[in-house]
Amino acid sequence: MVYITRIEHFNAAHKLYNPRWSKEKNEEVFGKCANEKWHGHNFELYVTIKGIPDIETGFVYDAKKLSAIIKEHVTEKLDHKNLNLDVDFMEGKLCSIENLVIGIWEQLVPHIPPSIELHCLKLYETPRIYVEYFGEK
Amino acid sequence: MSNKVAVYRKEHFNSAHRLFNADWDDEMNKKVFGKCSNPHYHGHNYELIVKLVGEINPKTGFVMDMKLLSDVIQENIIERFDHKNLNEDCVEFAQLNPTAENIVVTIYNILSQHIDPVLKMTVRLYETERNFVQYPA
Repeated sequence: MVYITRIEHFNAAHKLYNPRWSKEKNEEVFGKCANEKWHGHNFELYVTIKGIPDIETGFVYDAKKLSAIIKEHVTEKLDHKNLNLDVDFMEGKLCSIENLVIGIWEQLVPHIPPSIELHCLKLYETPRIYVEYFGEK
Repeated sequence: MSNKVAVYRKEHFNSAHRLFNADWDDEMNKKVFGKCSNPHYHGHNYELIVKLVGEINPKTGFVMDMKLLSDVIQENIIERFDHKNLNEDCVEFAQLNPTAENIVVTIYNILSQHIDPVLKMTVRLYETERNFVQYPA
């Protein structure tokens, strides 16, 4: 079994804000991340799949095709967008990277070919903060 | 031989923005700025590098105390722009399109009021890892 990772990126605005709380409570919990007028990040997404290298191609899966799947179903929906306002699969969810990485996983899984398996997503919000998700086992 | 040395301090801030010319209608903004003009904003992790060139002070051994330089950048730049919407929250960009070019000149002009003019300052601003600007050119 070999693991192969494709890195993509997107730039987006968001805020951490629970609409059921007051402005004061949001600022207390989320600090400056609760700025009602948004802030933003350069997000980096690492998509790791696993599989057996194909006898004919030597590939677990063509990395260019994997990139096209990620672009079509994930980064085109997120790049230069407002994660709270513009993204259908984040509607009604708190816009933390924890929730975002689960949302991205759910977007990708139906489009991963049966010959391979989605192993891990790693999502960087800044060079110093990232989350990892391995799906629900 | 001159004992001039270049010293560099790196800081970062995360902000939302959109590229927008108020003199143009939405259609023209979209045509010129594309997805960067999303009315709901997008965002970046900005990396800022401030370079100072000067003689080494024989008493301290410093061109400038890096802790003081960091404090000047924190107080005058990071607190002003971090976790903000550059278009909405920052008076500097109320009438000025917050492109990387305009941001770097703005940062230079603010910092120059707080840095000894005998030191030659250059400011470099990374909007993404792949897009960066420098002032003076």
